[in-house]
Amino acid sequence: MIGNIVKKEFKELFTFATLIPLVVIAIVFGLVGQSIGNIGETMEEKPVIGIVDRDDGDFSDIAMPILTERAEVIYSGSSTEEGLEEVRKENGVALLVIPENFSQNIYANHPGEIEIYWIMKGAGVMDSISSGVVEGLIRAVNQGISSKLIQQYSSSDPALVLNPTTRVETTFFKGKEIEGLSSSQLGNMLSSQSIAIPIVVMMLIIMAGASVISSMGMEKENKTLETLLTLPVRRSHIVIGKIVGSALVGMIMAAIYMIGFSRYMTSFQISNINLADFGLSLGMQDYLLIGVSLFTALLAGLALCIVLGTFAKNYRSAQTLVFPITALAMISMFITMFKDFDTIPAALRAFVFAIPFYHPMIAMRALMMDNYPLVIDGIAYTAVFTVIMIVVAVRIFNSDRLLTGSVQKRAGLGKLAWGLRRR
Amino acid sequence: MKAVEVRELVKDYGNFRAIKGISFEVNEGEVFGLIGPNGAGKTTALRVIATLLQITSGSVAVFGYELPKEAGEVRKIISYLPEEAGAYKNLTGKEYLNFIAKFFDDGEKFQDMVRRGLEIANLGERINDKVDTYSKGMTRRLLVGRALMINPRLAILDEPTSGLDVVNAQEVRRIINSSVEAGVAVLLSSHNMLEVELLCHRIALINDGVIVASGTVEELKKEYDAGNIEEAFVKAIK
Repeated sequence: MIGNIVKKEFKELFTFATLIPLVVIAIVFGLVGQSIGNIGETMEEKPVIGIVDRDDGDFSDIAMPILTERAEVIYSGSSTEEGLEEVRKENGVALLVIPENFSQNIYANHPGEIEIYWIMKGAGVMDSISSGVVEGLIRAVNQGISSKLIQQYSSSDPALVLNPTTRVETTFFKGKEIEGLSSSQLGNMLSSQSIAIPIVVMMLIIMAGASVISSMGMEKENKTLETLLTLPVRRSHIVIGKIVGSALVGMIMAAIYMIGFSRYMTSFQISNINLADFGLSLGMQDYLLIGVSLFTALLAGLALCIVLGTFAKNYRSAQTLVFPITALAMISMFITMFKDFDTIPAALRAFVFAIPFYHPMIAMRALMMDNYPLVIDGIAYTAVFTVIMIVVAVRIFNSDRLLTGSVQKRAGLGKLAWGLRRR
Repeated sequence: MKAVEVRELVKDYGNFRAIKGISFEVNEGEVFGLIGPNGAGKTTALRVIATLLQITSGSVAVFGYELPKEAGEVRKIISYLPEEAGAYKNLTGKEYLNFIAKFFDDGEKFQDMVRRGLEIANLGERINDKVDTYSKGMTRRLLVGRALMINPRLAILDEPTSGLDVVNAQEVRRIINSSVEAGVAVLLSSHNMLEVELLCHRIALINDGVIVASGTVEELKKEYDAGNIEEAFVKAIK
């Protein structure tokens, strides 16, 4: 008896319609993971650095073997400019400069100064792994100097023995020169946005998307769709009305969710660095662009959802159709967290650019780095995507698909706009 | 002017031909019935005329407006009541009538429409309750009120008394009759032969996508030498 019920349930629930999106998303996640790379492998790789040693003293002699052994040194000379150029050219992580009076200062019981010029490529979690390895190198250099101080100069200041060097850091990131911040500090600040903003966008898309798909499912389940379609209202108005209504519901739901979530996120915030102090602030125009990016992405997502919603037979099947939207939003979110747009492989870059939800997730970071073309191109693409989806949705509303599940062929793609004009 | 003119209408669902070239006309102020068993093509024909489905071949005109070219104009003058229609469950009955009436007029006529809808639905104080709490009969009366409150020139009613008890069914028929007296043309489908005899001025008997006979109830009974329309239908499809 139980077996009979299990068999029936399995047949009801395990259908091609539920299986295909899962398989597709599983493949996409796999490909994304492969493209992004492996954290372990990246950590084991020697970081590519340049070294400028102007000291040539006892303590720089301790530092140099440690650095050359544990890193791939692609420049070892005396010119900072040349070193920077070489490190940039070789896709390196940092240029370490040991100034003339390095050893002398330590002998005089003052910490030796190391100048670090960070070449930051991206603000994602994966992008900062190499800089973390360089930080480890500096710690190793400190340990080496500390050992020497303890062995040979037992009368040294304990504070100096524990911290024999200080750093003067400059980070180069996307054409900006940010003095006084290491790439990991900057990365931490930007990654807090990398987490919060994608989650806000993801929640908004999922909440609003679920609303519009469910609305289509309920129209069918409650048998209200036929009546709606015979009322004197243009199909395009029905589609737009559903999108705007769902956007409002989604925004309210996401806002409620985010009130709680922002409190949760605040508890993890450890840095009190103000990015505006380093010239990384946004103006009114930037916030306007972020708003436009978010709005167009929301419309694009909802237009896509309404197309998906036309496949819903009822409320239950509508819930299944939310899955592809959720997966796309999650993929966008994870990629934004782990990698910068500029540091992901070209194929993956094309893939994420095609996801409308990705653009508002990266908008703030891109604008902070004055990457206006990326944001504006994203908005333009998303707007075109929205229009295409609305036209497709109106076309479906004008066909038999909504009521019968099949399309009566009447007009070619060239006549897509006809539906919008006539109805 | 004819309320409905259907000429050689064919409707395919993929490879399945649901309607195989039917023709009929509905006059102004007339109740015309499409009568046949389940799957005969009644609902498909009504859905085509109600602008919901595309035409495979043939032509359909409603008060001179050709489909699908002038579907927008047709929607302004028709009202369609599907067999298994529902209303939005989170709205009250009155909110639902307001919602529908706004598509037709938002001025003085809007108030008249809603008033008329309330009269037809005749749900008393329950009109202010959510549709979710209504019985099947109450929902159907609300939907009949919705369909007829706008004073359509053509009401397309698919099994208007489907699932209703005798009392509610009689009430719905009374409402339809009074609308017809006010000048509304009605095209309805039914497999309830008693209802057809009570309501329709003329009928078309449809079977397997083909109209097998048409005329007044009396004409068909005489033509097939039958005591009632059910008997006439059985003889017609043999």
